Amino acid sequence: MEALTIKNLKKTYEGNHEALKGIDLNVEEGDFFALLGPNGAGKTTTIGIISSLVNKTSGQVKILGIDIDQGHSLAKKQLGVVGQEINFHQFEKVGQIIRNQAGYHGLSYLQAKQNAEFFMKRLDIWDRRNDQARTLSGGMKRRVMVAKALVNRPKLLILDEPTAGVDIELRRSLWDFLQEINNELGTTIILTTHYLEEAERLCRNIAIIDRGEIVENTSMKDLLARLEKETFSMDLDKPINTIPSNGDFDFKLKDSRTLSVTVKKGQQLNEVFKTLSNEGIEVLSMRNETGRLEELFLSLVESDPDKSLLLDVKLGEME
Amino acid sequence: MSATETLNAFLTIIRKEVIRFTRIWLQTLVSPAIMIALYFVTIGVIIGSRIGEMGGFTFLEWMVPGMVMMSVINNAYSNVLSSFFSVKFQKSIEELLVTPVPNYIILGGWIFGGMARGIMVSVLVIIVSLPFVNLSVQNWPLAILVIFLTSMLFSIGGFINALFAESFDDVSIVPTFILTPLSYLGGIFYSIDLLPEFWRTVSLGNPILYMVNALRQAVLGSSDLATMGMTIQFALFMIVLFIVILFFLALWLLNRGKGIRA
Repeated sequence: MEALTIKNLKKTYEGNHEALKGIDLNVEEGDFFALLGPNGAGKTTTIGIISSLVNKTSGQVKILGIDIDQGHSLAKKQLGVVGQEINFHQFEKVGQIIRNQAGYHGLSYLQAKQNAEFFMKRLDIWDRRNDQARTLSGGMKRRVMVAKALVNRPKLLILDEPTAGVDIELRRSLWDFLQEINNELGTTIILTTHYLEEAERLCRNIAIIDRGEIVENTSMKDLLARLEKETFSMDLDKPINTIPSNGDFDFKLKDSRTLSVTVKKGQQLNEVFKTLSNEGIEVLSMRNETGRLEELFLSLVESDPDKSLLLDVKLGEME
Repeated sequence: MSATETLNAFLTIIRKEVIRFTRIWLQTLVSPAIMIALYFVTIGVIIGSRIGEMGGFTFLEWMVPGMVMMSVINNAYSNVLSSFFSVKFQKSIEELLVTPVPNYIILGGWIFGGMARGIMVSVLVIIVSLPFVNLSVQNWPLAILVIFLTSMLFSIGGFINALFAESFDDVSIVPTFILTPLSYLGGIFYSIDLLPEFWRTVSLGNPILYMVNALRQAVLGSSDLATMGMTIQFALFMIVLFIVILFFLALWLLNRGKGIRA
């Protein structure tokens, strides 16, 4: 069964700005799905329509087979949403915020309390349950957002840039947590993020949206298999002055101890090491210079020069 | 949502609202009571002693129902207005919009929250009035009904104001330029018998006049209603009519997503 079905979804804002130009999207139940795109591509509008925060212009949205127009209440019972911005009352206590969210879904006070306790403990915010939300760090607030979205045990969880601005430790712990609930509870997860490494690591399927249109919708594996070239960066044991001579590979010296090499699809990394070894160059460590998904993403959406500039800014933030 | 789930959601919103205004009780409950106590001392005791009787009662006795009604109106209205504008402003309204809770429950929850504050403040005002005046309520059920209906009406008014408000300036426009003048000109401090014919006729267009006098009728057993050629039943009917009209207007605006959905 499909957890989410979108057919010919259109949204035109005031001033005739066409945010969505008739998108189609299917997300299978149990999937971990990435919805990527540059700023202003239509990701948040799509999520807003699914979660009733934005009125659609036309088209159809079904959550677990239930049309959001016809079975509005039933469809939303299956849904949990982590918005892009912190959207709870900062003066309320953490426990109250999460319990109230369960209450809005119709859970009894006792059930709401139990669910809230379960997710607060899972997300390590139980000790802060009696603190006002405004006293929490940015990362803790993000955890509250996730706990709030899960407290009704939704079958479909939508996360709109859940790790934006949080430190690496918290990001990784959130990744582990999301993978757990996807695997253990079978919760379908749709994720939008600017951290492409995050999407590559977590998601099995992916759609890329650009200027209100879906430009790619496939499995992560298939998309990455389309990668034509990859660039690696290597830390060298000793400094070198000249670039290794092998015409098949594009070597570049970044500094005397760091060498980069671009390997095309079908080329063997062994050949790179053989060339380096022949020239007496020893490699201490090696890493992808840019994420593999990042390169594909850029190739799919960078045709608009203005958009490319935006992307540079966003990718810069990822460093 | 089943009936039980809907009730749970409704109770959650009311609980949240009551916790909100009781958390800041100095501002929301004590402050209005102090203000009213000052009215009693300055206008009721000091100036009132020079005014003499009003409608056959001491000025303080005459004033108490008006003061209670003014507190109910202001507090019910401002509670819903500030609370709902705040959830719009902080975007925590999204917490509700993503859930299956129906719009009439959202509206009802906020209305009952506003009523809870209006009624609590009215009780405090009555307590504050006791050292100043020997209050003997003639018709308790009617007094409770009038306070209940008035707090409901102005809670809905506050909700509609909050839907339209887009800035903090918008929040203060209606209370400052409409509600306060109508309250002060609604017969709180005087009987409309004292007004010239023209202004007496103009006053009849002020809905607050009916509410103040309905409560005065319940508390003192006498009011301007007879002077106005009205019965208590008509005054109650008018309040209920306004409630019905404004409730459906608020619900229609909420269903359309006015001020809350793009």
